[in-house]
Amino acid sequence: MTDRTKKKTISRRTLLKGAAGVAGLAAGSGTLLGAPYVHAADAKVLRYLGTAVNEGDEISKKCLADTGIKIEYITATTDDVTKRVITQPNSFDVLDTEYFSLKKLVPSGNIFPLDAKKIKEFDNITPVFTKGELPNGKKIGGQGTAPWKVLYLDGANSKTFSATPTEYITLIPTVYNADTLGIRPDLIKRPISSWAELLNPEFKGKASILNIPSIGIMDAALVVEATGQYKYGDKGNMTRAEIDLTMKVLTEAKKAGQFRAFWKDFNESVNLMASGETVIQSMWSPAVTKVRSMGIPCIFQPLKEGYRSWASGFCVSKAVAGGPKLDWAYEFVNWYLSGWAGAYLNRQGYYSAVLSTAKANMSADEWGYWMEGKPAQADIKAPDGTVLEKAGAVRDGGSYDDRMGAVVCWNAVMDENDYMVRKWNEFIAA
Amino acid sequence: MTQDTGAADLTSPLAPMTAGGSDQAASGGRLRKAAARSIAWLQAGPMMLVFALFFLLPLVLVIIVSAWDYNEYEMIPAFSLRGYTDTFEGCISGLPELCTILKTYLKTLKLCLLTWGLTLFIGFWVAYFLAFHVRSKTWQIVLSLLCTIPFWTSNVIRMIAWIPLLGRNGLVNQGLIGSGLTTQPIEWLLFSEFSVVLALVHLFTFFMVVPIFNSMIRIDKRLIEAAYDAGASGWQTLVNIVIPLSKPGIVIGSIFVITIVMGDFITVGVMGGQQIASAGKIIESRLSALQFPAAAANAVILLGITILIISALTRIVDVRKEL
Repeated sequence: MTDRTKKKTISRRTLLKGAAGVAGLAAGSGTLLGAPYVHAADAKVLRYLGTAVNEGDEISKKCLADTGIKIEYITATTDDVTKRVITQPNSFDVLDTEYFSLKKLVPSGNIFPLDAKKIKEFDNITPVFTKGELPNGKKIGGQGTAPWKVLYLDGANSKTFSATPTEYITLIPTVYNADTLGIRPDLIKRPISSWAELLNPEFKGKASILNIPSIGIMDAALVVEATGQYKYGDKGNMTRAEIDLTMKVLTEAKKAGQFRAFWKDFNESVNLMASGETVIQSMWSPAVTKVRSMGIPCIFQPLKEGYRSWASGFCVSKAVAGGPKLDWAYEFVNWYLSGWAGAYLNRQGYYSAVLSTAKANMSADEWGYWMEGKPAQADIKAPDGTVLEKAGAVRDGGSYDDRMGAVVCWNAVMDENDYMVRKWNEFIAA
Repeated sequence: MTQDTGAADLTSPLAPMTAGGSDQAASGGRLRKAAARSIAWLQAGPMMLVFALFFLLPLVLVIIVSAWDYNEYEMIPAFSLRGYTDTFEGCISGLPELCTILKTYLKTLKLCLLTWGLTLFIGFWVAYFLAFHVRSKTWQIVLSLLCTIPFWTSNVIRMIAWIPLLGRNGLVNQGLIGSGLTTQPIEWLLFSEFSVVLALVHLFTFFMVVPIFNSMIRIDKRLIEAAYDAGASGWQTLVNIVIPLSKPGIVIGSIFVITIVMGDFITVGVMGGQQIASAGKIIESRLSALQFPAAAANAVILLGITILIISALTRIVDVRKEL
């Protein structure tokens, strides 16, 4: 017995020695053959899967200059991003997606959570993500797939979300915003203050919603609540009866000719609004800015019922875990949160996850306009230098605290998603 | 025709071998037949292989998957007809109200019929013009290339471009209001069945023109001269000679247009303001929600219906015989 144990330990020790030798050799070869090592460092390439919203050329150029990491964008629609993660997890390295899709992505096991300890600025990430509150401590609405509900996992390979903070982060937060209705004040000619106006027969044939079933139905739910017809337990996770009720309201509106068209693409929404085909529609902040920069009046109208919010972040493909690409991914994410990209996002009307670093990369005037709701001192320019707002302008909805503080629900995937999609097809056929 | 001569050329090297003795003629003939048959198989082989790999196999997979179960994020390889039963939900219990799938298919068939009729009418006359009125080959080629102009830009850009033309404040409405014909802009010009059919016709008339032109160009001009000499009127010549001889082209063009329109969801979606149901749209929204088996079930249903239509068409005209 003792003999055998002894033998075993010896063999293990020799093995370790051997391993050290190999490691030493490997390390030695690295210094001896310096050239290929440098060459390898030059070709740090990450395939970045996401929607067009965050995939700016300037970001990838700046990233290459700062870190030497070359970002190759793979652009797809929100739905197709999810589809690709599920069906082709080896076709990308870094994933940029929204929190609501995590309910599908995490159980698939195709994404790998990042370690909070390796993210330098993690503790400076806005508490909107981590606690569901503003930096000043005000609680914000958490209906739907709010990020803090799906931010943490139980373990590195876990498929269940953790209610308490852990170091395993599903998506490292990057960008988010509060969405509301965009309106054409020159064509409506009266103040708009409630979601109920979306289905107001006054705008028959001139309204539009987003053609993503799970988001379209939430906009309709906001209308239903605003008109006092029904109060939902959770607009982002309806029961079948609630889905039936909401779809009935939408169907009636559709049959009455309320909607001009549904939009799915950023440019579609800009076109509809700019051409006057629609005068009131759910919209994104940069789309409103784009209409306005064409010289057409358009307001991202704050409403008394509050905003529907969305948020997105980074994780990696499980195929990346363990390889050198994981280190590059950490380097990239750390760079992303270090301020330049955050300022870039803020200047488009989105919000960056780490406010302090973004602030350091913006002028006081820019910060005042975009984040504090102050009138612009000088002209406000887009990242590409075009003038977005003249001096004196104030951002629609005001400050960060005013806008994010009024969020009532988050983009979501419902438990009854399958039923909802069937009902949506029924609605389109009605 | 050309295929036949090709096969004859290939079999000709066998001729000296079998022509050896008259007593061997009978068995030689059989041998020759067998060789010709195996060579025919060899010729068809590569295409068959491509078809089997890239058409039949995926089709079989779709049919298999359509009978699987699924959850929020994955397909479960267990037998379930959920995809089908969900699709026909409410078709009996909901009577007399039509169920979603029936309404959708009626709408798709309506759009398909309108598009088919219009592309056939326009395509026929364009082909007629190209075949009988344009004399020079060069001009025939140049003019048929002109028909491809709608395909020079991407689908989405092409459709966004309709907005400034047909929109509420578009050129057409401005013209109509400016000329005093209407006081209010006409709303149904855009995001309506009208605009869907218009865009489909604009896109797919080309698929009608090419096969019909191809049939017409093969009509022996002497037949038309003979008809003229025999005192037939222009109309009689058209009905009794040109149309019957263009039938294969008409049927092939119809197959192109019908199969494309039955499965289209992008044009219907964008031009219909995403508010008009189509068979393809149901598949797309199921795919977007990662409900692959349900999408596959709908694809199988669409395939079945399209095959029914096509087989009915080929019943009317035997394309193979006509060619």
